[in-house]
Amino acid sequence: MKEYERTGVISIEEIRVPSEEQLKRGVAITECIQEIPCNPCVDACPVNAISMEDINSPPFVDYDRCTGCAQCAAVCPGLAIFVVKLEDESALITLPYEFLPLPEKGEEVEALDREGRGVGKAIVRRVVKKKDNTALVTVSVDRKLAMDVRNIRVLR
Amino acid sequence: MRIDIHPILQFDREREISFLYNGNKIKAFEGETIASALHAAGIKVLSHSIKLNRPRGFFCGIGKCSSCLMRVNGVPNVRTCITPVEDGMVVESDVQQLPSAEFPGSNKEDISVDILVVGAGPAGISAAIEAGKRGVSVLLVDENPMLGGQLIKQTHKFFGSRKERAGTRGIKIAEELEEQVRELEKNGKVKILPGTSVFGYYGGGSSHMLGAANKMSNVMYHINAKKVIFACGAQENMLSFPGNDLPGVYGAGGVQTLMNVYGIKPGKRVLMIGAGNVGLIVSYQLLQAGVEVDRVVEAMPRIGGYSVHAAKLRRNGVPIYTSHSVKEVYGKDRVEGAIVAKLDENWNFVEGSEEDVKCDTVCLAVGLTPSARLLFQAGVKRDYIPEAGGYVAIHNMEMETSVKGIYVAGDSSGIEEASTAMLEGKIAGLSASISLTGRDSSTTAKMEEYIKTLEEMRRGPFGSKAREAKRKILEEASNEGI
Repeated sequence: MKEYERTGVISIEEIRVPSEEQLKRGVAITECIQEIPCNPCVDACPVNAISMEDINSPPFVDYDRCTGCAQCAAVCPGLAIFVVKLEDESALITLPYEFLPLPEKGEEVEALDREGRGVGKAIVRRVVKKKDNTALVTVSVDRKLAMDVRNIRVLR
Repeated sequence: MRIDIHPILQFDREREISFLYNGNKIKAFEGETIASALHAAGIKVLSHSIKLNRPRGFFCGIGKCSSCLMRVNGVPNVRTCITPVEDGMVVESDVQQLPSAEFPGSNKEDISVDILVVGAGPAGISAAIEAGKRGVSVLLVDENPMLGGQLIKQTHKFFGSRKERAGTRGIKIAEELEEQVRELEKNGKVKILPGTSVFGYYGGGSSHMLGAANKMSNVMYHINAKKVIFACGAQENMLSFPGNDLPGVYGAGGVQTLMNVYGIKPGKRVLMIGAGNVGLIVSYQLLQAGVEVDRVVEAMPRIGGYSVHAAKLRRNGVPIYTSHSVKEVYGKDRVEGAIVAKLDENWNFVEGSEEDVKCDTVCLAVGLTPSARLLFQAGVKRDYIPEAGGYVAIHNMEMETSVKGIYVAGDSSGIEEASTAMLEGKIAGLSASISLTGRDSSTTAKMEEYIKTLEEMRRGPFGSKAREAKRKILEEASNEGI
């Protein structure tokens, strides 16, 4: 039995971490590692960067082709796709968010890891409200936390 | 208790009304059911057990468990969880008196139809649409006030293939299905009777006789149908532990109905039992409704649901304890807390591992049992298939049972999920239509396409249970010559 099957938290070893170059351009990271019958991300990608052998295979992102547009993150029914982009000092994380209140641009929020623990502060850079009510929130966090921050807590 | 703002849903509470409950005036909103309005008013004890007089609360919310029976406008034994509240209604609980033996002389209506579909959930509506499009006459009956079955409370986006509506929320799929079937109703292809229970099967042959009733409007239907498709869904399983009948112990689906259909919170702090997809999804939806989830406990050593659902909970700070279960739930007349403990490899509680969880709500997400009693009454060949969730009707690939002209689809035919239920509904609808109008190359191709898609949906590791259930069912069907 894999540890995540007991805890519900996947570890970094189970994710294909993009190279520094790829992360600097900004790419989608699919934290979807089980074989489940699901494929909306494949259709959502405008540059055909996501592929699947069949509907049950986990998605494979071609990091060289991915533009980090986050279309896949908006449709993923499992809310399991995050876009990570490295800047000079910080990392930008785009994550799906389905709670109220929605954060606002410029707001300081708490950055949370995969276990919901506060790991530092995050500044909201962008909030895209989608028609189906899954918002895409982009926050900037400490560069070292690029592969750790996967949620936020609004402090209001 | 009413939810004002919600990240996904909007609740229309346009018209405020009131009704009398045991002589007290209670405020409600049009569109709520009696039991949900009572819950919003803080009334959690809905009845008492007959022998030991123990309090009974809201459990299933979909008319299956009978803990909410009351006398409404003089009508005895009304399931208040599926009966819409009306202005000025007179509701009485715990009526310790037998109903009058006199039958109030109901209005009788005879209906003859090509295909009767019992149940308007994802399977039933899909069957009605498929058959209605093919020129046969269809009657769609459901005991709930709204069409859509359990889709109307599924606020999460569905998995599956893009062409089968993956990425769309269940509530949106319910709207789309209702729109399509209402269109067929407008064109006179499908007749729809919501709020109406099919209560019995009275014989077959060249056609099938069934009885149905709309209790509150006092109408009885005598239905004569050439073909019948049963898509009656499922009911939530109970778990045995001391205190499991205390008001505040709910089926996870019952909580979903209460908060996502009627916008009413079950309580303030929840203990979730079961980490299958239902337990994980409902826990997340509780957080969205502004309810705290203390933890999820799961008796199995591993999480049964998708890891992506578990991950959503974990990153919101909700712990999941595998190899843990509930030992007892305590409280006076309502849940005040629960004792959870670790299980060893022989499923015994580990002494000294007990933990006291303070909560006012316990949700059971421990599986479902197919609702198939009408099928059994009709005399179909059945068997106990553990992977299907209990006794199910043996059926062939085209969803026909051992009784000619009787079909089954969705959870009634073995527990699965909504995407496969819709496909089974289409197959049953097509199959029943073909038996009336004949098979041609286009219907053959359509049937092949549906069956192929269905098999594809069940292919992965998470489909193994459904695959095994259907393999056993089809093998028996073939042995029986069905």
